Amino acid sequence: MLDFSILINNLDTYLEGFKNTVLASIIALIGSFIIGVIVAVMRIAPIKPLNWIGSAYVEFIRNIPLLIIAFFFYIGLPSIGVTLSGFVAGTIALAIYTASFIAEAIRAGIQAVPKGQMEAARSSGLTYLQAMRIIILPQAIKIVIPPIGNQFINLVKNSAILGMIAGLDLMYFGDLVSSHTFVTFPVYIFVAMFYLVLTIPLSLGVGYLEKRLARSH
Amino acid sequence: MFKSKTSKIAGVLLLSASMLLSACGKGDKETSGTAAKNALEQIKSKDKIVIGVKYDTRLFGLKNPSTGDVEGFDIDISKELAKDLLGDAKKVEFKEVTSKTRIPMLNNGDIDAIVATMTISEERKKEVDFSDVYFDAGQSLLVKKGSAIKGLEDLKKGTKVLAVKGSTSAINIRQKAPDTTVLEFENYTEAFTALKAGQGDALTTDDSILYGMADQDSNYELVGGTFTDEPYGIAVKKGNKELVDAINSALKKMKENGKYDEIHKKWIKSH
Repeated sequence: MLDFSILINNLDTYLEGFKNTVLASIIALIGSFIIGVIVAVMRIAPIKPLNWIGSAYVEFIRNIPLLIIAFFFYIGLPSIGVTLSGFVAGTIALAIYTASFIAEAIRAGIQAVPKGQMEAARSSGLTYLQAMRIIILPQAIKIVIPPIGNQFINLVKNSAILGMIAGLDLMYFGDLVSSHTFVTFPVYIFVAMFYLVLTIPLSLGVGYLEKRLARSH
Repeated sequence: MFKSKTSKIAGVLLLSASMLLSACGKGDKETSGTAAKNALEQIKSKDKIVIGVKYDTRLFGLKNPSTGDVEGFDIDISKELAKDLLGDAKKVEFKEVTSKTRIPMLNNGDIDAIVATMTISEERKKEVDFSDVYFDAGQSLLVKKGSAIKGLEDLKKGTKVLAVKGSTSAINIRQKAPDTTVLEFENYTEAFTALKAGQGDALTTDDSILYGMADQDSNYELVGGTFTDEPYGIAVKKGNKELVDAINSALKKMKENGKYDEIHKKWIKSH
């Protein structure tokens, strides 16, 4: 059966990792949302060069493994004189990577708002940015909350990438506990449980929002 | 309304917990099943020995990207071992292991023996059985040439030392230089890459491995000599005295007929 002494003897180590995982997830969550909104607006703005930059960002970032992005920030950037710790490099990589998926979800949401809304807003004298901010985005956000929620759940799980670049997260310390105790499977079961503590409430929250929004339509 | 929601949540939690537990139980059963048969007989009956070796360690076990073969000191010793046990140096199959995966893989029955720069330690002896020493190494430090770090005494608070997850050197360095920050990586390649990227001030592991890195990039050098004894042994699953004896007699033969010196000279000659 599951040997709980592993968890109890290494609780400080687990909690240290858990704390950093929570911190990295929160920072990356906020960062990815901001970048995602900007990229989504760039993709649909009526200015061609912005469309190209937005599309390039999404297609480029979304189609390479997160691990490579993390390595780029951790061991690639120092060659041009910027040295980031594993935690910072991993969190930035996580935000940039997740932002490409969030941008796609938001773009789909904005385009799902009927065209007439934008036309009506513009003809009543609002600028494009005003119309976007006051009329379109509030409607789009409702549509995109479920897919974005799923991306946030993925983000928490993907934060395990920090373990590969000495980012001092839950996975990193899980690896250390496993290699120092020679116990493999139970150690990672406890790691999984700590992730569940984060992801299950997120998942239930997304489900709740989804239901509420369905009612308001 | 409220009641049904909480019971649903409880249901989800129970289900996931029971899945985790049943998965765990299965793993235990498998390992106890395979331990029953004598490992030496098993190897002889399948006429092949599966050995876990490093694929990322220059001079000991390194995959040559142009030929696809693994090469090094550990590889040649393994081939000699197969020659002695099964009569043919080709009757050996190599599987990649890391410091982290080698003991679980041995205990799961994926490999018959570990020849992977593995230090004999009292703690590991509780997990596996070791052969006699087949290589004498010692822990040292690798730094960029011209670094302020000249030895163990220069590792102070704020110094970052890089190591590999699951290695004895990571445990040792925490004892010998308790104030220094230790960052641990998946394998030696990643640790050395991180050192080259300036993510740490020194890299610590056995001198045998550090020589391989210094051999590859002449901007790096070993400093401070060795500060531990790291006798390498060949590990087999616990409770296989016959196999350990067979390996020891093979090692003894290698040392007597000069084959061991030949392999040692081939890989470690310049140091």
